[in-house]
Amino acid sequence: MDATDTLVEVLRSEGLRVLATLARTVGDLAVAEDALSEATITALERWPETGIPDNPRAWLAVVARRKAIDLLRRESARSSKETAGFRWGTGAAPDQIEEAIEAMEPETSLRDDMLRLIFTCCHPALGREAQVALSLRTLARLEVPAIARAFLVPEATMAKRLVRVRSKIATARIPYVIPSDAELPGRLAAVLAVVYLIATEAHAPTGGDAVARVDLETEAIRLARLLADLMPDEPETLSLLALLLLTSARTSARTDADGNPVTLADQDRTRWNHAAIGEGSRWLSAAVNRSGGVAGPYQIQAHLAAAHSTAPSWQETDWDRIVGLYDLLGSITANPVVALNRAIAVAERDGPEAGLAALKAIVGLEYSYLWHAAVADNLRRLGRTSEAVGELHTAVTLAPSKAEQRLLQDRLHAARSELR
Amino acid sequence: MTQYMALLYYDRNQYWDSPTETEFAPEYTEFARRAIEAGVMRGGEALHPVTMSTTITVSGGKDGDVLLVDGPYAEAKEVLGGYFLLEVDNLDEAIAWAAQNPGAWRGKIELRPIAPIHA
Repeated sequence: MDATDTLVEVLRSEGLRVLATLARTVGDLAVAEDALSEATITALERWPETGIPDNPRAWLAVVARRKAIDLLRRESARSSKETAGFRWGTGAAPDQIEEAIEAMEPETSLRDDMLRLIFTCCHPALGREAQVALSLRTLARLEVPAIARAFLVPEATMAKRLVRVRSKIATARIPYVIPSDAELPGRLAAVLAVVYLIATEAHAPTGGDAVARVDLETEAIRLARLLADLMPDEPETLSLLALLLLTSARTSARTDADGNPVTLADQDRTRWNHAAIGEGSRWLSAAVNRSGGVAGPYQIQAHLAAAHSTAPSWQETDWDRIVGLYDLLGSITANPVVALNRAIAVAERDGPEAGLAALKAIVGLEYSYLWHAAVADNLRRLGRTSEAVGELHTAVTLAPSKAEQRLLQDRLHAARSELR
Repeated sequence: MTQYMALLYYDRNQYWDSPTETEFAPEYTEFARRAIEAGVMRGGEALHPVTMSTTITVSGGKDGDVLLVDGPYAEAKEVLGGYFLLEVDNLDEAIAWAAQNPGAWRGKIELRPIAPIHA
């Protein structure tokens, strides 16, 4: 990590903490964000000359507060009546805000402020797309162009989306609070879903040519770490971090030297990140210890990822355990994709006849390339090659990315050559 | 405090014929009573069916021709059937109140924050 990377990293991690408290004290996320952005620009100008301050958070906090007060004064001069009603808290005048900020002890309530920020970004009154965009900007501190690139939308579109969502938080008065104990399970599930969605977008990018976008995966793990740090007693939070680490351990083996995707069965397991597997397994144990014998969906998925990550080879995988875990997962979330993965495990455990039967029993995956590819695989193993060719042809048509299409094309050519 | 207009939408086919029946339906009355007691209710009514609506527009700017359409502004599957005005601290409180109104399970309730217009 060079000097610039260190500086950027400090600005990201400390900036988030400064923002969490500032948003509460000024009562407006948009103002707090703008103030922090200005403070960050100042830091980027000064720090390379002066060096990173001993307490970068305090430095940023002081500068960002001053910027926030300036922004509020300017806004207040423009339209005092309108803005007063739209603030968290009492809608105090800038002078009072200044006094309040000076009187505050930031460290004592930092954890609560971070939780307020997280739950506000993932409030259920915001659409999932808005929650994801805001979480990447506000919590992960990614710049707008990077988020726009990750989701393959024009920069202006992403910028507009963020303006709208911040404006909705202020105008509809989404409160800057930690949910009550009664609300917490549902609200936490929404937060975890946002992080999971960022991670899955990293694994199965919609469109484009890359097999995986490592940057989003890193961001998802970073956010999951933050959640585990803030909510160490929530088993599903720990399970999500475990799941993401265990899955990310395979990322570098998911593509070959030419950038083509490699399925789990064919991956070179020496290329897996064993440090990440070890860390993921430890988080999973911690989650199990806190879950009181009731495994949530992320815990079950983490167990599945661990079962694969610790198997010496595809053939030596504990398929019985994997089928059992999918049965458990299916009993919590009726999801055809879970049924698909279960059927693939059944085929490994009981053979292609049973696998095919399990696949045919699934409803709702007629347009999934993965389902057609799995059906084709079992048909080939049963010697029904001409039917397999038909299924592979459909799978190629339905594959979402060029890399997946190439992989399936190769299988299609192989199956066709068997026919001759 | 923020005011939220709660707009009650119902399936057009299941919409009542006479709003007075529903206005005095015990569940709605009970909701209104509790909201008034809690000091969060700033008024509300049921609306006659959209077949009673008249939609107006003035063409060509102020003082232009008044054009009328017999019926609602938009022909939609779901129609506005009533409203009430909540005054609470934030959206979470507004959601908690709206979720107790029968309109939330008979149909859907849209919560819109009121933008204050100063005279």
